[in-house]
Amino acid sequence: MTAEAAVKYVTEIPEEEVTRVSEWINSEEYKEKNFARQALVINPAHACQPLGAELAAHGFEGTLPFVHGSQGCASYYRSTFNRHFREPAPAVSDAMTEDGAVFGGQNNLHEGLENAYTIYKPKMMAIFTSCMPEVIGDDLTTFIKNARNKGIVPQDYPLPYANTPSFNGSHVHGYDAMLLSILQTLTDGKKIEGRCTGKLNLIAGFDANTGNYREYKRILKEIGIPNTLLADISESFDSPLDGTYRAYPGGTPLEDAADSINGKVTLTVAPYASTKTFGWIKENFSGKHISMPTPFGVAKTDQLLMTLAKEFGKAIPESLKAERGRAVDAMTDAHQYIHGKKFALYGDPDYLIGYVTFLLEMGARPYHILCSKGTKKLEKELQALLDASPYGAGCKIYINKDLWHMRSLLMTDPVDAVIGDTHGKFMARDAKVPLFRFGFPIFDRVNLHRMPLIGYQGAINMLTTICNKFIDIRDETCDDRNFEMMR
Amino acid sequence: MSEKAKKKVEGITMESTQAMIDAAMEIYPDKAKKKRAPHLAPNAGEGACVKSNRKTVPGIMSARGCAYAGAKGVVWGPIRDMVHVSHGPVGCGWYSWGTRRNLVTGVNGVSQFAMQFTSDFQEKDIVYGGDKKLRTLLEEAHELFPLAKGISVLSECPVGLIGDDINSVAKTASKDLDIPVIPCNCEGFRGVSQSLGHHISNDTIRDHIIGTREFREPESPYDIALIGDYNIGGDVWSVKPLLEEIGLNVKAVWTGDGELEKIAATHTVKLNLIHCYRSMNYMCRVMEEKYGIPWVEFNFFGPTKIRESLRKIAEYFDDYIKERVEAVIAKYDPIMQAVIDEYRPRLEGKTVMLYVGGLRPRHTVNAYADLGMTVVGSGYEFAHGDDYERTSPEMPEATVIYDDASEHELEQFVHELRPDLIGSGIKEKYLFQKMGIPFRQMHSWDYSGPYHAYNGFPIFARDIDMAVNSPTWKLVNAPF
Repeated sequence: MTAEAAVKYVTEIPEEEVTRVSEWINSEEYKEKNFARQALVINPAHACQPLGAELAAHGFEGTLPFVHGSQGCASYYRSTFNRHFREPAPAVSDAMTEDGAVFGGQNNLHEGLENAYTIYKPKMMAIFTSCMPEVIGDDLTTFIKNARNKGIVPQDYPLPYANTPSFNGSHVHGYDAMLLSILQTLTDGKKIEGRCTGKLNLIAGFDANTGNYREYKRILKEIGIPNTLLADISESFDSPLDGTYRAYPGGTPLEDAADSINGKVTLTVAPYASTKTFGWIKENFSGKHISMPTPFGVAKTDQLLMTLAKEFGKAIPESLKAERGRAVDAMTDAHQYIHGKKFALYGDPDYLIGYVTFLLEMGARPYHILCSKGTKKLEKELQALLDASPYGAGCKIYINKDLWHMRSLLMTDPVDAVIGDTHGKFMARDAKVPLFRFGFPIFDRVNLHRMPLIGYQGAINMLTTICNKFIDIRDETCDDRNFEMMR
Repeated sequence: MSEKAKKKVEGITMESTQAMIDAAMEIYPDKAKKKRAPHLAPNAGEGACVKSNRKTVPGIMSARGCAYAGAKGVVWGPIRDMVHVSHGPVGCGWYSWGTRRNLVTGVNGVSQFAMQFTSDFQEKDIVYGGDKKLRTLLEEAHELFPLAKGISVLSECPVGLIGDDINSVAKTASKDLDIPVIPCNCEGFRGVSQSLGHHISNDTIRDHIIGTREFREPESPYDIALIGDYNIGGDVWSVKPLLEEIGLNVKAVWTGDGELEKIAATHTVKLNLIHCYRSMNYMCRVMEEKYGIPWVEFNFFGPTKIRESLRKIAEYFDDYIKERVEAVIAKYDPIMQAVIDEYRPRLEGKTVMLYVGGLRPRHTVNAYADLGMTVVGSGYEFAHGDDYERTSPEMPEATVIYDDASEHELEQFVHELRPDLIGSGIKEKYLFQKMGIPFRQMHSWDYSGPYHAYNGFPIFARDIDMAVNSPTWKLVNAPF
């Protein structure tokens, strides 16, 4: 072939082609092709395990999250939390590079532990892995034992560690793995026969809403239940601006976490984000072990309060009864703006169950329900919720599908709104429906992570956000003659 | 010492800066101290006064990213008409999805693809390899996104570790699908920072893209390419019209709001204008050697540097361009002066510390000076010696220069220098705001922008004023 014959010119995409394809990607035909995908994942609604591990680590007093792996991974996790919470997220990595692939990561780990221990003075370092050590098969147990024997950290210094391979599960599983390791480490040898702290241990799960943590604590205070909120990120990621930077502004006190093994009741309100942890707790913790769904909506909050009241022999206080009444009042007052509306939902399993519960309570339809990393068990549980309500009829569940699948659903079988996180904003805009950012991460709105979604107050908050947005849309889009004073 | 570096800051001497550095490192274990010491120094006014482009010290809380981040976030991601596949587990692509603000023109999913495409590796892909999966997903991407001009395959760590051959898969797929499929071996463990990812990507463009297309319209003596502008917050949309206003034809942009085929035809331009030297000087050198295209560095931050740069660019052209440049400067000077008149009184004498990436730690120094502010410390996450050589003359004498600074070092320097503003990244932002110090993100323009060129400066000035003088800072100390 001559050089001239090989010349290819720069081409522009013709406008009519753009128009044609723009219409085509909204079609049933496209949806079928899209759902036939076997290998390509587009706009997944989940991150990798280490991100969840880091969130759990930030929830403990004086704890420095420590990434065993490439430094780039640590920067990605940190910046994700920085953007969502608009808060610092101090964490280190041991900066493994090519030579780590050849010799393993022990030298990096040891040097990293020595430096981080000396410079950042954490009370605990929570170690978790990114891809590289997982692929080359680093043996953390031995590495850490060697670090202690070399005197890099004291023999009794807490160094929980979790294998959190990114090619398995999601951030939710990483949270579970890290929390489990932290509890195993801190409670080791702390179980005392016959001792009972009289306290509730509460696991909130991978929940990046600091308002929720504060709400749990407020509710428990109202009832008068002493408690240890495990992996409590409420101060870590919502610290005051007063002119002083604190690397470790909060978190569950390590002593309380250690003593949690002697608790009266251990309750997880995030069964999917604490499966392994809770399984281990059942075998090892004293007292009662209870698992229940995240308290979204009135009925699930009722269930939480009744369980707590029963287990601790307390009466539900008048203040919470009144709060319940106000929530029901708010829901009744606002029901007409949400009843029958169709929603598309995506997110982590525990949150998804919460959204569905709340919407069904309001007479709204959780129409497309999508989890991009879910199980058959989740599907069954969601289906049972749908089956138990007339508003669940015709609603569908999509497990292990992504947001590009959901876009096809929005375009071929429209809804009134989407509930999810910031990543859904493109498809919501294409579908011309509002996106309610109740999930994680939220990169494009301020302070939403401070607005609790759980409990009675959370129900009021979600309801207010949703209904007022629908009313705004009506005001912004109706004809002049239908634009009126009252709504 | 060069003329420029004779700028002085009251109270800052070589001795005082060195003492500050020594104090910051007191806490370090010996080995870390030995490793970090050469990366921190007072500005000597010329040459690279710090060591750079070395491995990050484990455990020191570095802000650095990885080679993949440099490839996906910087070089490839901004090319709008390609599908960029993050090949490996789900995370890397998810974290870099829409988080660098390289804005693009077009219809999302139709003619531009600012989305997250991944092979979402599972355990079985690690064990059995991901080449087959890659082949299938390339076909699927081509079918679902028929207007995509090409596909890049950006390797994440596991791909290189398990020995997959993405180059061979890409080669076959490219032939079968009849579109460029570009394999980029930018695994995060390679090199010491984002920088190697830029270099690897440049090499990939050299090997697979450059010279494969030509512009249909006849060449003109004013054909140029804009290199190393990533359209953060719309920077390219501010720079391109200015270059056109001085009479140049911007034939291709690398890679902000970029188009694959135009990049492929860049070998026919007459001059390469490079803004981010760090990330793209490699390709400028390649095009110079292979096609004889000269290149010139320029700086479009703040009116002083814009003016200087426009005249420098004009030197490569005839009187027609030179006259237009003077006319453009004459047109914008009063507009810029009005901006300075508005903001300078509120910013005069204020100090700034910078810690950013590719070019900003030196390029923005004078934009602050235009507003009456002095940069009292500067450094880079992933620079090389030639970046520091270019930085020394811009910075005042004896001010602190830091390479791959740890959070501890920055915190100590800030405590000591108490600047009125810090310009750095998202990981640093909230730490310093908690200390009560105004901050602007200088990677992402803090979701504002553009900051480049004449259209950018008024926005830059407004944002800096807003950060420094926000009334909220007065509320930090409670009255009780």
